[in-house]
Amino acid sequence: MAAPYAKLPGWVDYGLIPLINLVVAFLVAGLVVLLVGENPLRAAALLVQGAFGSGDGIGYTLFYATNFIFTGLCVAVAFHCGLFNIGGEGQAYVGGLGVAIAALTLDTVAPWWITLIAATVMSGLVGAAWAFIPAYFQARRGSHIVITTIMFNFIAASLMVYLLVGPLKPLGSQVPATRDFAEGAQLPRLDWLIEMFGMNVRSAPFNVTFLLALAAAFGVWVLIWRTRLGYEIRTMGFSPTAARYAGVRDTRIIVVTMLISGALAGMMALNPVMGDQERLQLDFVTGAGFVGIAVALIGRSHPAGIVPAAILFGMLYQGGAEIAFEMPNISRDMIVIIQGLVILFAGALEHMFRPAIARAFGGLAEGRPKPSAAVTR
Amino acid sequence: MGALETFILILDSTVRLSIPLMFAALAGLYSERAGIFDIGLEGKMLAAAFAGAAAAAVYGSAWIGLFFAVMVSIGLALVHGFASITHRGNQIVSGVAINFIAAGTTVILGQAWFRQGGRTPPLSADGSRFTAIELPFAEAISGVPVVGLVYSELISGHSILVYLAFLAVPFTWWVLFRTRFGLRLRAVGENPGAVDTAGISVTWLRYRAVICTGILCGFAGAYLSVAQNAGFVKDMTAGKGFIALAALIFAKWKPVNVMFACLLFGFLDAVAIRFAGIEIPGLFEVPPQFMQALPYILTVVLLAGFIGRAIPPKAGGQPYVKER
Repeated sequence: MAAPYAKLPGWVDYGLIPLINLVVAFLVAGLVVLLVGENPLRAAALLVQGAFGSGDGIGYTLFYATNFIFTGLCVAVAFHCGLFNIGGEGQAYVGGLGVAIAALTLDTVAPWWITLIAATVMSGLVGAAWAFIPAYFQARRGSHIVITTIMFNFIAASLMVYLLVGPLKPLGSQVPATRDFAEGAQLPRLDWLIEMFGMNVRSAPFNVTFLLALAAAFGVWVLIWRTRLGYEIRTMGFSPTAARYAGVRDTRIIVVTMLISGALAGMMALNPVMGDQERLQLDFVTGAGFVGIAVALIGRSHPAGIVPAAILFGMLYQGGAEIAFEMPNISRDMIVIIQGLVILFAGALEHMFRPAIARAFGGLAEGRPKPSAAVTR
Repeated sequence: MGALETFILILDSTVRLSIPLMFAALAGLYSERAGIFDIGLEGKMLAAAFAGAAAAAVYGSAWIGLFFAVMVSIGLALVHGFASITHRGNQIVSGVAINFIAAGTTVILGQAWFRQGGRTPPLSADGSRFTAIELPFAEAISGVPVVGLVYSELISGHSILVYLAFLAVPFTWWVLFRTRFGLRLRAVGENPGAVDTAGISVTWLRYRAVICTGILCGFAGAYLSVAQNAGFVKDMTAGKGFIALAALIFAKWKPVNVMFACLLFGFLDAVAIRFAGIEIPGLFEVPPQFMQALPYILTVVLLAGFIGRAIPPKAGGQPYVKER
């Protein structure tokens, strides 16, 4: 794809342009707030207040951010290979199955950290397995990965409903969920981390999975920029023909990338299932897989961008609840709009402000054309 | 009730359930044939359903509802076009964005305007809703075995939009395969460079295709909220846009196949609703969730090339950059 866009300095490409896109998205969201007759500035103040104003607020913000780090990384890893994994939602959902298997087996006999290790491995494996079929079909049978992963999201939803109203439900229970996990599968909270800053946490389920998410972010950075496999993944994403010419086995790279991507999505299930609800229940993913798309786009598929972007969305989720509480005309669905606008402006319209900015950078804009960062296969 | 009657009732609900799929899948057909992937069918349908129900409730007319549904849907389609044609953005990303914007906006506006928890006021039958049309003699011959039953239950007694959906199928076929516009539209999806060389604007052609998508998605949404149901409820499309997308692929991007694919998926849905779990005697019980997942499974299997081969338009998903 030859896109005649000028090369811009790195900080513009990775800092300024995403920032402008984000600001525009929020301005449009502000218009919606105006449209329903509320004050957007007050809404913004409530948002920040709700997300960071109390220990509990911060706890919830970081709890949601943990989910989005995992799903953001999931989307980002696939992006680097030129693949669009839209199936993070489904992979995370079945990943919960892996968590449940580990937790229900070990919770009465092992301490939490052994269960956590087992659950991490299991959720990663199940998530990866769910990504395997779309990946294999994309690589060998030429079916479009976007379509197959969408289909797999729905298949995952049906599968989980079937399992949770049937085989996984304890006898005599009316609730479509597994039994509650015993102590051996309940993750310790990280309240002390927030309390270090002199704040109080009462109910926020902020737990050790957050540290695991940060470790995963670091791991992804090492993988993509410091290993041979990462180099092959990026080559593949940059130019499949060049990669093939250089002797990269494309089927292998596509499948391996998607397995990693699916595993990251699967691990997201640890946070809500073991860290909060302490049982496997319906619809625990609540759209986090899709938020991952926005997070990866804003974070420019780099872990150093994904973590702050995830915290930003964590803030929206937590602060959005506060707005909903204070402003009767605005419900938490406002977040969904903001999410959509962010995806639109930071993703689909990412080039909209580029020509103007390139012009502003006059002389620098004369450089060689830069291939578009968009992923299409 | 006899087996035949049950069967005809299932077919009847098959028709009702497949209409929104048919409109939406035909909508996607125009866009995808022109080389613009559209996974935002769901969002356009949802926004149209809301706009249709809201306008029908306020103005008391189903036709005004339909008009607003179509307008809002075209608006979103133009956003998709603006992102993916003018700014050469990623079409998948744009579609995802539209789905979210529609999902959020419908609820927020619905709550702000009507204060019924995101619902629109219920539509009454007198004019603000598309009601069933009794075809002539339906009552008279309903007593005749088989033929009468089929005529009065299955063919008669649907809203005007149902008949329009079935008319849209041959009409789409005619537009795509028998008009100059259709020829060019298909060409722009296969080889936009050639179309450009012939002196025809790729951009304008693709915009027109996207507008066609908007119109039909508007019909799909209006059918849901103004004909099939009496009002809008939160997230009422519930994945129908994606099933329509699946049907479109299942139909290998051909209008008549689209109709059959939608009827098949509608039939699966109807059966899943009718029988909570189907028992295959002596073997096992098919869980209803499996029936719900079947359209998606079938599409994956088809895409993988195990039953036939679904080959998408060649230039699909790629923005066109004019040579300079």
